Formats: sequence, structure tokens, C-alpha cells
Amino acid sequence: MQEEIIIAGFGGQGVLFAGMLLAQAAVEEDKKTTWFPSYGAEMRGGTANSTVIISDDEIGSPVVVHPSTLIALNEPSLKKFSSRMKKGSLIIFNSSLVKEKVEFPGIKTVGIPATEIADRQIGNVKTANLVAVGAYLKQRGILKLGSSKAACEKVLKNKESLIKLNQKALESGYNFDGK
Amino acid sequence: MDKNKILMKGNIALCEGAIAAGCLAYFGYPITPQNEVPAHMSKRMVELNRVFLQAESELAAVNMVFGASLTGTRAMTSSSSPGISLKQEGISYLAGCELPAVIANVQRGGPGLGNIAGSQSDYFQTTKGGGHGDYRTITLAPFSVQEMYDFTYQAFNLAEKYRNPVMILSDGVVGQMMEPVVIRQDKPQKQKHNRSWVLDGCKNRKPRLIRSLLMAEGALEEFNWKLKKKYDEIRKNEIRVETQDIEDADIILVAFGIAARVAKAAMKQARSEGIKVGYIRPITLWPFPENVIRDAARGKRKFLVAEMNLGQMVEDVRLAVEGKCPVDFLGRPGGGLINQEELLNKIRSLK
Repeated sequence: MQEEIIIAGFGGQGVLFAGMLLAQAAVEEDKKTTWFPSYGAEMRGGTANSTVIISDDEIGSPVVVHPSTLIALNEPSLKKFSSRMKKGSLIIFNSSLVKEKVEFPGIKTVGIPATEIADRQIGNVKTANLVAVGAYLKQRGILKLGSSKAACEKVLKNKESLIKLNQKALESGYNFDGK
Repeated sequence: MDKNKILMKGNIALCEGAIAAGCLAYFGYPITPQNEVPAHMSKRMVELNRVFLQAESELAAVNMVFGASLTGTRAMTSSSSPGISLKQEGISYLAGCELPAVIANVQRGGPGLGNIAGSQSDYFQTTKGGGHGDYRTITLAPFSVQEMYDFTYQAFNLAEKYRNPVMILSDGVVGQMMEPVVIRQDKPQKQKHNRSWVLDGCKNRKPRLIRSLLMAEGALEEFNWKLKKKYDEIRKNEIRVETQDIEDADIILVAFGIAARVAKAAMKQARSEGIKVGYIRPITLWPFPENVIRDAARGKRKFLVAEMNLGQMVEDVRLAVEGKCPVDFLGRPGGGLINQEELLNKIRSLK
């Protein structure tokens, strides 16, 4: 098994953090993992992204051309990466910010109003990233919700209130019923 | 889950490896993509009551390392390609004064200011001198975050054992990526090497002198012969190389650093298609594992070298192969990571 995830959105939407959380969850489950950020000019204004690879075997390149999962938190990143997805891949997109109809042949697409859920249910719009990650955990079933919640504690260390908030966001995304 | 396994960036692992080795002084100057190194050190070294100093320039930083090293203090500096160019004079002086030091290069694209993406275009600079004079720099090329930690840890001992600068030749990809790292739980290594040269105050003993200016008739020649003996010793003892599946291989891939990870993955995929591919990864770029490559150069084999430059290490591979097998090359310049599919296509074309 090798899962290759690109998480993309505006700079400030927490795409690096969301990736780090998935990588930490993979560590919690004793899987091999790499995390690689976009760094530099593209972080200012345009889209930022991070690539997470989770595998049972040694991982080669930490960067992938054709990922198996895309978590797109805004429309520009959906446009940027959707053409690179491989057959049978999964796209989770933030339907609060993507207004177009999203359909790609041979790719499973799941929309979740992550920004609205983060704003109304969690009370913090910045948690939209982990709402989307929660939906990903459910759809893909490679990482457990429990290890992702444990990862929150590791990545956020002593920030008790933020840990609870982010865990709640993961749960909301996980339990979202898109039908 | 192993509780000593911590998810961290390559640049942070480099710092923690140095700290675990008992590095007492870090001198640096900011440049992307190694900025996490001075940033992390500015916090950690102060916490540990060790020295962190942001110098006014790269030249100042490497010469501060020189000064600390004179007193027998474990010291390091780091930078990325253009900044490492500026340090070359200092590295030549370290070599000329036989001073131990650790220098880390988190390579970015060049020449000139280039860009901030990961690259491997400083192979020539590192392994063929960089600074002036007939000297060598021991060079370790990590290809994972764990190796950033381990190699930096080991570099201090190597530097002291041979009284020679050691370069960690990394790149922006390894520096910026995160992977789980197993952290050492033992105490920092004690310095156990000959310290009879250290300038630590000459009360009750004869004064010592460390210099690279040797004007007396024949003195420099004699010193260069002495260095040669040391470099031969390093060649004999310190070559490190990773090999896989060379025995039955028709094609041998050679790559170092991050490109070797892509090569290894491409090799596995090629094997699954029935193409017999083997893999050689030089870990020490100097001393270069020429014997391993020479021994592998037999029969109807083909060599394929993959690098993130337009052909640097491939020259050393050709020298080692001595014309006995064809040596092909796949390079990507300007800060782009080698693409596994492209490499695989190249392997298929050689079959």
C-alpha cells in the first residue's frame, strides 16, 4: 500500500498543518511516512500545498506527479491539481468555496462544506482544514480517526484548547453525511 | 509505536544530530532552504547554555567556526549553495590548519543566486575542493531525515579523528521534508581523539602554533605529503556505500542523496517488470566508493547515473568504470527532483 496525498488551498488555510497531522497519524500507526511542503514564492498569495505519503514499505520520492488523493480547500487548487490525479483516485473538495460542478471521469469526488462546518459547528473558520481531513479519513479508511486525534495532541503539544477544537473538527468531518 | 520516534524536518534533524554529538557552538547566517537550522539552533543552543551566534556574513560564520575549533570546541556552521561558496576560503584554511569542523550544505539551485528548490549541483564544489589548494573535504550525503540526524552526529567524530573539515551535503528536499526519526537516548560522545594541538592556554607548557603559511624551504611540500598520507588513510577507512541487487543486474543505477531514493524506487518497479536492475548509492562522496563501482563494471552491464544536475558525479563513475561498460546519464538541473517515471522510461530504453 502506498497512499499519496496532496493537500492544497490558500496560504493561511492550514494546508501544511493538515499534512503534518496526517503524517503524525501515520507515525502513530507505525507506518512509513513523508511530508513535503511547498515553500517559497507560491506561499504568498497563490496556492500552498503539502504532500504526504503513507506506506507500508520504504518511500522513494517525497514528491509525486500523480497523487492518489487530493484534498482541495479552494477552487484554484482544485483546478491546479485535478488534471494530475491518477485513475481511481479520490478528491475531497471544500464545497463552501468551490461553486462549480465537480466531476472527473474515473475519479471519486466528495464535496464537504468544510468552511461552513468549521464556522457554524466548530466556531472557528480556521479549522476547515481538519474538517476536510476528517472527511478524508472516513472516505479512504487508511488512517484511523483515533490515531489522528492522538496526532493532534503531539502536533499541538501543550495547547489544550486548540487540541480539543481540532479534534472536534476532525470528528465533524468524519461524521459528515454528504448524501 | 516507538516513543523515541519523532516526526521532524530534515533541517531540524540536522540540528538535533549536532546537539546530540555535543556541538557546543553554532555560527550561521540565514539563507533558504536551510533557515530552520539557525532558527532552531537559536532556541535550542541557548536553552542548553551553548553558543549560538548569527554572524554578520557567511565568511564571518565559517571563521568563527575556525576560532572555536582552534580551542578544541565542537563547532559547526550551515548554509545553502551561494552561502557555501562564500565559506570556501574558510574551508581551505580549516583544511590547511588541520582543524576539525562540520559544515552543512542544504543545496539549492544554481549557479549564482539560482532558486530555493532542492538541487545537487554542488557535487563538484564539495568533492573537488571548492576552495584553493590541494585538500580534501570528507563528504557525507544523507538521503533521509534519519540520515540527516545520524550523519551530522557522526560527522563531529570523523572531523576530530582526522582533524579535517566534514561536509554534510544535503539539499532543499531532504532539508524541508518531514519523516519520523529515532532519537538517540545515550549521552553525547566524549572527545577521545588526540588533542595535543589544541590552543587552550600555554601555562606550564610550551606554546603551540597553528598556521597554514609555510614559507620555509620545502615546508609546504612536506606538509602536503603529510596531508596525502592522511587522505589515503581516510580513503582506506571511511568509504561508505549502499548497494542492492548488483549480483545479477544488467543495469546498475548509481545515485546519491535524494536522487538515490527515487532511483531505489525506480529499481524496485523495474525489477517487478522483469528488468534486472541493481543500485549503488555512494554515501561518502569523498572518499568516493570507486572500488565498489570498479568491481561492478564487468560483463555486458550498463551503468545509469541519475543526478539533479547536468552531470557531475557521473564523471567519477566513468573514472571508476574505466571504460569497461557504457555509462549513461539522466540529469535534471535547476532545482527539479528526478521524476521516477522518467527514470523508469530511461531504464526501459537501456534494456
